[in-house]
Amino acid sequence: MKHNKPKSVTHKPRRRPSLPKAPTGIQGLDELTGGGLPRGRPTLLCGSTGCGKTLLAMEFLVHGAVEFGEPGVFMAFEENTGELATNFASLGYDLNVLVAQKKLALEFVHIERSEIEETGEYDLEGLFIRLGHAIDIIGAKRVVLDTVEALFSGLSDTAILRAELDRLFRWLKEKGVTAIVTGERGEKSLTRFGLEEYVADCVILLDHRVEGQMATRRLRIVKYRGSTHHTSEYPFLIDEGGISILPVTSMGLKHEAAAERVPSGVARLDAMMEGKGYYRGSSVLVSGTAGAGKTSLAAHFACAATARGERCMWFAFEESSSQIIRNMRSIGIDLEPAVRRGMLRFHAERPTIYGLEMHLVTMHKLVNEFKPQVVVIDPVSNFTALGSGAEVKAMLTRLIAFIKTEGITALFTNLTAGDTSLEATDVGISSLMDTWLVMRYMQHGAERNRFLAILKSRGMAHSNQTREFLLTEQGMELRDVYVGPSGDLLAGGARDALEAQEKAQALVGKQRTEGTKRALESKRQALEAQIAALRAEFEVEQAEAAKTVGQDQTRAGVLAGDRAQMARLRQGNAAVAKKTPKRK
Amino acid sequence: MKTPKVTNATPAFEQSSAKPGRPQYELRLYVAGMTPRSTRAIANIKEICEEHLKGRYGLRVIDLYQQPALAAGDQIIALPTLIRKRPMPLRRLIGDLSNSERVLIGLDLKPRLGC
Repeated sequence: MKHNKPKSVTHKPRRRPSLPKAPTGIQGLDELTGGGLPRGRPTLLCGSTGCGKTLLAMEFLVHGAVEFGEPGVFMAFEENTGELATNFASLGYDLNVLVAQKKLALEFVHIERSEIEETGEYDLEGLFIRLGHAIDIIGAKRVVLDTVEALFSGLSDTAILRAELDRLFRWLKEKGVTAIVTGERGEKSLTRFGLEEYVADCVILLDHRVEGQMATRRLRIVKYRGSTHHTSEYPFLIDEGGISILPVTSMGLKHEAAAERVPSGVARLDAMMEGKGYYRGSSVLVSGTAGAGKTSLAAHFACAATARGERCMWFAFEESSSQIIRNMRSIGIDLEPAVRRGMLRFHAERPTIYGLEMHLVTMHKLVNEFKPQVVVIDPVSNFTALGSGAEVKAMLTRLIAFIKTEGITALFTNLTAGDTSLEATDVGISSLMDTWLVMRYMQHGAERNRFLAILKSRGMAHSNQTREFLLTEQGMELRDVYVGPSGDLLAGGARDALEAQEKAQALVGKQRTEGTKRALESKRQALEAQIAALRAEFEVEQAEAAKTVGQDQTRAGVLAGDRAQMARLRQGNAAVAKKTPKRK
Repeated sequence: MKTPKVTNATPAFEQSSAKPGRPQYELRLYVAGMTPRSTRAIANIKEICEEHLKGRYGLRVIDLYQQPALAAGDQIIALPTLIRKRPMPLRRLIGDLSNSERVLIGLDLKPRLGC
């Protein structure tokens, strides 16, 4: 049982003393094996010709000698010591220096069958003596036998050989050295001569397969007695720095989700994403047709990152770095200063140079070296030529998982074929992405205009508008949303034409309104005058009426007075007087 | 451990080297300790040499337990190993040399079959 088991395991693991391990110092291998090879025991390393057995074994010794203070003996059966030193010098290891420092011993065992005559009983004590002597001289803790199977081609008595190999492995254990024994891959068994029968502790298989003209190296731990280990095949890379295996730490879905936001480099695009841009550590997919401006958007992103003082790693699979720099200058983005400052690093490679796995390992390695905060992959669609959809998706899943674990914000561009649905990305990778921007051309009469829309953006309220944009000398410029009278989004010339037309119409309208206003005003004035006249007339009439009323009253008073006087004069009674019709 | 038995045949060697047409044999026998197999090998080669190369061979017996550093120089893997240093080309005979037929062939003292 491994010590570094996740803490989340609830049941109490039985604490067995963990197997002592000898770290290999090879990137990724120690993670796969949970610390290295079984200390003090032999490990069988098998694989076909040219799969990297010798290199891995030698790296184990060199790292042991340089980093872990464990001198080592390399017993070579196929290459002589001069060849070994030359071969490894090209990989950056100076074996001669290590030999001079007594940190490494190279022992070349030469077997030439034509020279050998077998004349009776023998054993391989000579080999034991040589190895033992070499081990004792430098106090070796590590031993490599590469490859002991050469004995089978040099000596004919396989019964003796098998007995002696069995003895050799036991002897190595007694010596307490951590050993790697390499073996050539057999057709039906792991090794041609069945070395796996003797080495029971740890078996590692290297593979170098060619699929669709693309060669990929893979490593698998077939067996590791007394230790948990990862059993899948892992791709590995051999380059000027030696072997690196894709570590497994990137396989889990354990990354932290940051609340921090990263500007996209285009302020108006940020505005479409709550005014803040992408989430840090998120994956952004920019898909679109050819020439839609994907790389330009990526350049904005990269440029903004370096301006903030962050490092940006740009994987270019279509254009060389100088071409990208030149092209981006045309839209006012100069990436070169950032490259000079070491803030922006380009890694331009043809996608077909090797298989998917190797790309993954390369990217992994470069990201580990450069430690960027921002990564641009332009474009991912070029990987589709390298494998089936499922393979590409699996590779990108791993890449994204790795990038996320590192907290890196990644922008992937993806070229969509013009005649397919833009939302059906070639690799079906959109589900892996947190933010998905679609850029496209739309035909309007005799012109094509560029549009951008956010198809999705996890965890934020984003604009759902399709925006027209221009690539100007000052970079990408998002235009205002412009909806025509019929409700359609308008763009380009149509938009300009309509804009002009509307301006003219507005002017006419304005004039018309003013005319109407004026007419109304005069009408109002006329009305008011009329009202004033009527009121004056009324007032005259009122005054007239008041006068008449006064006269009548006076007259009535006078009449009444007259009548009373007349009655008095006639001395009549009032009744008579009442009956009497009024007379003037 | 007993010191290995070394036969010094220098006088005989020098004597016979004067004779033209008869190649001189320079032989080295590597063994690991004085095991029965080692002693058997020494006895066998001596017998063959005395019979076929009398007066024109030099034999040196080396115990690698005593001188392990010598193993690498002559590319010793199997033990016992008899090396024919001279005449050229180099021959390597492994085993206890009990198959004298094969020893003679290996030392070119008997023609190889089918050649």
